[in-house]
Amino acid sequence: MAEIAVSLWRGKADGSYQLYRVPQRDNQTVLDVVTWVQRNADPALAYRFACRVGMCGSCAMTVNGRPRWTCRTHTSKVVKHGKLEIGPLANLPIIKDLACDLIEEIVPITAARQAADAGIECINCAVCYAACDSVRWNPDYLGPAALNRAWTLVNDVRDTGQRQRLYAVAAAGGCHVCHSHQSCQQHCPNALNPTASIAGLKRRTMAAYLKGELE
Amino acid sequence: VNVRLYLLQRGSAAVMLPLVLLHLGVIFYASRRGLSAADILGRTRGSLFWGTFYAAFVVAAATHAAIGMRVIAAEWTGLRGAALEVGMWSFGLLLAALGLVAVAAVVLA
Repeated sequence: MAEIAVSLWRGKADGSYQLYRVPQRDNQTVLDVVTWVQRNADPALAYRFACRVGMCGSCAMTVNGRPRWTCRTHTSKVVKHGKLEIGPLANLPIIKDLACDLIEEIVPITAARQAADAGIECINCAVCYAACDSVRWNPDYLGPAALNRAWTLVNDVRDTGQRQRLYAVAAAGGCHVCHSHQSCQQHCPNALNPTASIAGLKRRTMAAYLKGELE
Repeated sequence: VNVRLYLLQRGSAAVMLPLVLLHLGVIFYASRRGLSAADILGRTRGSLFWGTFYAAFVVAAATHAAIGMRVIAAEWTGLRGAALEVGMWSFGLLLAALGLVAVAAVVLA
């Protein structure tokens, strides 16, 4: 069976390329090569991937000197003379091997962004909605998931619908229905805290009201 | 509208807190050697300070309780709309009236 001589970056910025011999297969992607190394040659190899189909962007690496998605790069297109060089992305701090620190470099960290990030991982499973006493007692209540989502958008500086949103969450059935029982926080499988988000909305709507912005 | 009620609810609680603490303090002080109606009335009768003090408490308590009862009525009985508003105002005004009558009784009499 044909083999590829794969040079993989190991270590941090002061690391070096190490050689692995990986079987070449049909329809094999560069990500498949990296995965083969980790599963068969060196379980300590660090790299990132998630979707494997060019949706998430997690698997970007430097392949033969070019930055690209490894999941969308077939070895048949990039292997030259049986050789392949795979390194971490350039211009970013290397965490280990093929994994770089993207967060620190390309996402600006502000207080508003951190507040938005704290609630952003909600995937609308409705566990908080089912756990909420206020939802049970008040059919008009928007509920913790929607209000948590609103709070992430209130903290998104790019959003242009702030006034309408504050008006919506301050209306009947909005954030003021919450009694802060914290069942949503207690039961959230993602360890989010919608109660804190709703408390933020109460503060923000109160400030807007005192400034006369909610009339 | 909800923000206004929320503010009034929190604001009235903030007003009541120091008043309650001073009220409790005076109870400890006044009952250090027995308590008589004459002692109490001696302090309150004709006193602008205690009149204002308890009148402020009555207004804050009536506001706070009326808004709280409005929420409980809405959640437990499903009351909505005009009936809810009338209920809140009636309850609040009743509490305020009863309280102010009581204040008047110890200050003016």
